[in-house]
Amino acid sequence: MYESFISQLRTIWQVLLHSFTKAETVQYPEEQPYLAPRYRGRIVLTRDPDGDERCVACNLCAVACPPDCIALQQGVREDGRWYPEFFRINFSRCIMCGMCEEACPTNAIQLTPDFEMCEYDRQSMVYEKEHLLIDGPGKYHDYNFYRVSGLKIDGKDKGEALNEAEPVDVKSLLP
Amino acid sequence: MSVGATIVFSLVLLLAIVGGAAVLTWFERRLLGIWQDRYGPNRLGPFGILQVLADMLKLLTKHDWVPPFSDKVVFIFAPTAIVVAMMLGFAVVPFSPELYILDINIGLLFFLGMTSLAVYSVLLGGLASNNKYALLGGLRSAAQMVSYEVFMGLSLMGVVMLTGSFSLRDIVEAQRDGWYCIPQALGLYVFIIAGIAESHRLPFDLPEAEHELTAGFHTEYGGMKFTMFMLGEYCGLILLSCMITTLFFGGWLGPVLPPIVWFCLKTFFFICFFILLRAAIPRPRYDQLMSLGWKVMLPLTLINLVATGAIALWMQGA
Repeated sequence: MYESFISQLRTIWQVLLHSFTKAETVQYPEEQPYLAPRYRGRIVLTRDPDGDERCVACNLCAVACPPDCIALQQGVREDGRWYPEFFRINFSRCIMCGMCEEACPTNAIQLTPDFEMCEYDRQSMVYEKEHLLIDGPGKYHDYNFYRVSGLKIDGKDKGEALNEAEPVDVKSLLP
Repeated sequence: MSVGATIVFSLVLLLAIVGGAAVLTWFERRLLGIWQDRYGPNRLGPFGILQVLADMLKLLTKHDWVPPFSDKVVFIFAPTAIVVAMMLGFAVVPFSPELYILDINIGLLFFLGMTSLAVYSVLLGGLASNNKYALLGGLRSAAQMVSYEVFMGLSLMGVVMLTGSFSLRDIVEAQRDGWYCIPQALGLYVFIIAGIAESHRLPFDLPEAEHELTAGFHTEYGGMKFTMFMLGEYCGLILLSCMITTLFFGGWLGPVLPPIVWFCLKTFFFICFFILLRAAIPRPRYDQLMSLGWKVMLPLTLINLVATGAIALWMQGA
């Protein structure tokens, strides 16, 4: 009884001392919190260093996406490159988990440290390719999928990619 | 004071109390914020004081809903009762030698009576809501307030014994030689605790207890009717601070500054103290509350009463 009385007085005193400590609050709109470069926020589609779209529309991001918010359709350009005919992310469903970024084989889809995407209209939360595509290469500055992959496109035949061996002629008997 | 002056003063006092209670909602949130290392409402107007206005507008424009399953007349009457009772309590408070509304020879009893009437508000509100949470809140408040009522009154009897009067002005005048907070320290301690329990503020807000009873007795209340409960609670807080000032800390007495300023300063100090208690002390369990009341507070009060009586008699004899 006596001890609990003292303990309560001590509590009151310690709370009173908090009059002199600084508030922990971050005054948000005026004072921006630090967001790490790898913070998972708004999703973007990046381009390779030559300025072409990185996305090859493989659909892996759409498969990995837990809330199923990514929709896309593959198309093939005349030069042999694959590209998404449309690429749509519904940010009202997106949970910013970053699974799409991990699944992406070409580093095309990336998450950025920006979360300020509030809209009054739900429909405005659906981003099309033109909204998602940025001009730069994002976090990976010199990665170019077509330069390292074996896919044949105009100006780069089989076996001409970086570190790629000449294609084997399986119909020849020579060693 | 003349009749006209009294009427004018009571109107001014009414406005001051309602305004004070409104500002207190903001002030309490700011103070709690400071003690919890955050800011509290600081956006609207200087230091966020216009938050009061925004809250008022919000509450005024809310749907004034009466649940169809409730006891409608009592449901609407309950929130007014607490405000009326608390406001009437202010009638006997002497703010300065000249500023008071009533100086009756049973002033202290009138105050105790009014705070007891306020219990009905919580009780009827809980009962009329016809809701299990409200009913539990009402039940708790009934038990809590009835048991704390007992020694709330008894704890003040020491002051009455030393003064020999129930009139609050006489009590203040009798403290010219020394405030009663020293000879009546035990009475003060008990009165503060009983007072918080009576106004069901945070360490003793078991009737509300939002973790267990959603909002206790005012679960079904919204809009202006809810505002009335809140207004009553804050009026109760101000009234309690006024009474502590009057009974134990010499009321308007004090050097240099005018009496009314002293009174307001002391009252303000106790309001801050009650907010500090809210920030610091956790809510006790219900059975702890009851056993504290009956097993600790009541004996303490009785000891205080007997000791004060004995000393008063001894002083008279000497």
